[in-house]
Amino acid sequence: MRRAWLIGFGWLLALGIGLATAAGREARPLAADPALEARVMEIAQELRCLVCQNETIADSQAGLAVDLRGQIRERLAAGDDRAQIIDFLVARYGDFILYRPPFQPNTWVLWTGPFILLFLALAVMARVIRQRRMHGTADDEVLDEEAPS
Amino acid sequence: MKKQAWLPLLAFLVLIAFLGVGLRLDPRELPSPLIDRPAPSFALPSVEAMDRVRNSGDLRGQVWILNVWASWCVACRQEHGALMAFAAQQAVPLYGLNYKDRHGDAVRWLRERGDPYVDSFFDGDGRVGIDFGVYGVPETFLIDREGRIRYKHAGPLTPELLRDTILPLIGALGA
Repeated sequence: MRRAWLIGFGWLLALGIGLATAAGREARPLAADPALEARVMEIAQELRCLVCQNETIADSQAGLAVDLRGQIRERLAAGDDRAQIIDFLVARYGDFILYRPPFQPNTWVLWTGPFILLFLALAVMARVIRQRRMHGTADDEVLDEEAPS
Repeated sequence: MKKQAWLPLLAFLVLIAFLGVGLRLDPRELPSPLIDRPAPSFALPSVEAMDRVRNSGDLRGQVWILNVWASWCVACRQEHGALMAFAAQQAVPLYGLNYKDRHGDAVRWLRERGDPYVDSFFDGDGRVGIDFGVYGVPETFLIDREGRIRYKHAGPLTPELLRDTILPLIGALGA
């Protein structure tokens, strides 16, 4: 019973912290054109702030992020599309600015590595299972081997 | 002991090796896509005389250095001595890009601390800075005769870096 209370208290605490941070967030300046601003933010969500590297340009209040949002806004207003804007920024800041790295020779390992590891792990697991089936319980064998006699 | 028993240890050592290398990498040091590309061209007022607009195209035909600085930038103070000494050597012309600064502050900074630059371009809104992919001040670009960026350093310059990396590069570019 006591445990249930504790869990309930924990949830309340978590909710409180969540609300506090939500309220503590800095208000963004109101944009003249909400539709344009939504598109700016949509693109900025995909871009890394280079000053505070674990934040997107949409979330960051760093001076550079504010400037880059300004650039995106200006280019959208001038009629550029999303791909053109992203190319513009990659040409200046490199692939590092992309939160979703492109699939190219220097990122092949990055993209395929997890799947290769998964495949290897599955292969090892299949082998272990097959061996145990063939020899009965493998655990006993190991115990027999290592037990001092 | 069975041969397979060594496998976890081996995997652990490989992991340690990767983590060890990872610790040594500096995540702030980003490769610039602008290396060996033409430097962005710009026309900006000079900090010395705001009514005089200078064009970066005028600097073609010589090797020069563009140093991005600002009066609010603490690390710029750190590299200032090295820049003054470098300017005194007169190896190549040193130009400044005064990035997102207030003009009065910039002028005072140069007057109080000494001005290592032939001239500084005033980039008040940081637009030219974005063209150069500036993400932290100070940054330094070495530009060759054809107007291509050949080297970039983010962070304060040190006498060692100037002596061991930048001066030999300048020599190789034939300045």
